[in-house]
Amino acid sequence: MCLAIPGKIVKKTENSMGVVDLGGVTKEISLIFLPEAKEGDWIIIHTGFALESISEKDALETISILQEAYGKGKT
Amino acid sequence: MEKGRRDITMNLQNYRQPELIKQVLNDLNEFKRAVTFMEVCGSHTMAIGHWGLRKLLPENIRLISGPGCPVCVTPASVIDELIKLKDITIATFGDLIRVPGTEQTLEQARALGANIKTVYSPLDALDLSKKQETVFVGIGFETTIPGIAYTILEAKKQNLTNFSVLPLFKLIPPALDALLTDEEVKINGFILPGHVSVVIGTDAYEFIPKKYGIGGVVTGFEPLDIVLGIKNLVEQIDNPGIVNEYSRIVTAEGNIAAKSIMSDVFEVGNAIWRGLGEIPGSGLDIRSEYAQFDALKRYDITIKNIEGNPACLCSSVLKGKIMPLDCPLFANICTPANPIGPCMVSSEGSCAAYYKYEK
Ligand code: SF4
Repeated sequence: MCLAIPGKIVKKTENSMGVVDLGGVTKEISLIFLPEAKEGDWIIIHTGFALESISEKDALETISILQEAYGKGKT
Repeated sequence: MEKGRRDITMNLQNYRQPELIKQVLNDLNEFKRAVTFMEVCGSHTMAIGHWGLRKLLPENIRLISGPGCPVCVTPASVIDELIKLKDITIATFGDLIRVPGTEQTLEQARALGANIKTVYSPLDALDLSKKQETVFVGIGFETTIPGIAYTILEAKKQNLTNFSVLPLFKLIPPALDALLTDEEVKINGFILPGHVSVVIGTDAYEFIPKKYGIGGVVTGFEPLDIVLGIKNLVEQIDNPGIVNEYSRIVTAEGNIAAKSIMSDVFEVGNAIWRGLGEIPGSGLDIRSEYAQFDALKRYDITIKNIEGNPACLCSSVLKGKIMPLDCPLFANICTPANPIGPCMVSSEGSCAAYYKYEK
């Protein structure tokens, strides 16, 4: 249940929220725990909250591995 | 340890190269002592099963699964109490709805008319509460808890009067501490949870080598992460410490903003772990400033330590005393379609992971 998935910040919005691209699907995610995160940054997300930032290369790789391992779209 | 550090900086693309994994496994074959390592986290149990790593390891290195699935350690009585809350919307992460209470699951109660909604984020429960009185079921470890703390702050900011959280939070370091004081539990090292550690940082585990003289490694979920983690535990067996193999996202101090919101809203209390009993200091209570959002107070709920079906051996599985396959009900009476105990319910429960991958 503690799995966190990578996504990319498309746009920062009000109230420390951001629109995040989760490999094709976009979702509003809270950036409250990553105040310094910028648009274009890759982050890992758990239950609607960004917990940490990661490099783009690592994130892309993690997505493809997760898709292969756990099936598409599953968190 | 220098070698470990070089491995950490390895390109992530390499994390699934079979030759690399084989090389690490070959190194492990050189190690002849019999040791038992516990993977604490359910996502690690899943990954180990998925990649068949348990069978690839030399026989003298035994991996056992620990209590790291929040659903599996939620007491059966919680489900009963939630079902009693008639006419109130129960918002929960989907993982919980198939957990057997003493009589019913939330899913069965929903079929009989209870208003049970599964949500992706605790923030979704805030929206639900604007339409109807809503209780959010606050299960989770340190990965999940900060988001729920923030949700309570938002409820206060928005002056919401129909929202509350049932605090069932569990903290990993005190649970490991309690496990290690159990004489019957024999562990030579921990594979520590990756995403819990994103929040709490590796410093939170330093007491383990100091107090118990055994080591731990924080690692990721790729097969190479896991075998490197095991190699790390083997290498440090005589000189134990806490090693961070997952430094691509985990730091020593963790996420400070997340930790401070958590302690703003909650204070440390005791928690009842299904299968392990009450562990002092392993839970979080909602601070009195936020009492209006505390479902325990609002609905006068007491969480009792009632186990589910007495034939279920989950408590021994969660402590790593037996493997799921040693339970007489495993795979014949107890299956993911008809789970008897909580370890079979969540896909990350030890019994469910063994059923899927290692039966
Ligand atoms: S197999 Fe089923 S009954 Fe046996 S310990 Fe696991 S969950 Fe409990």
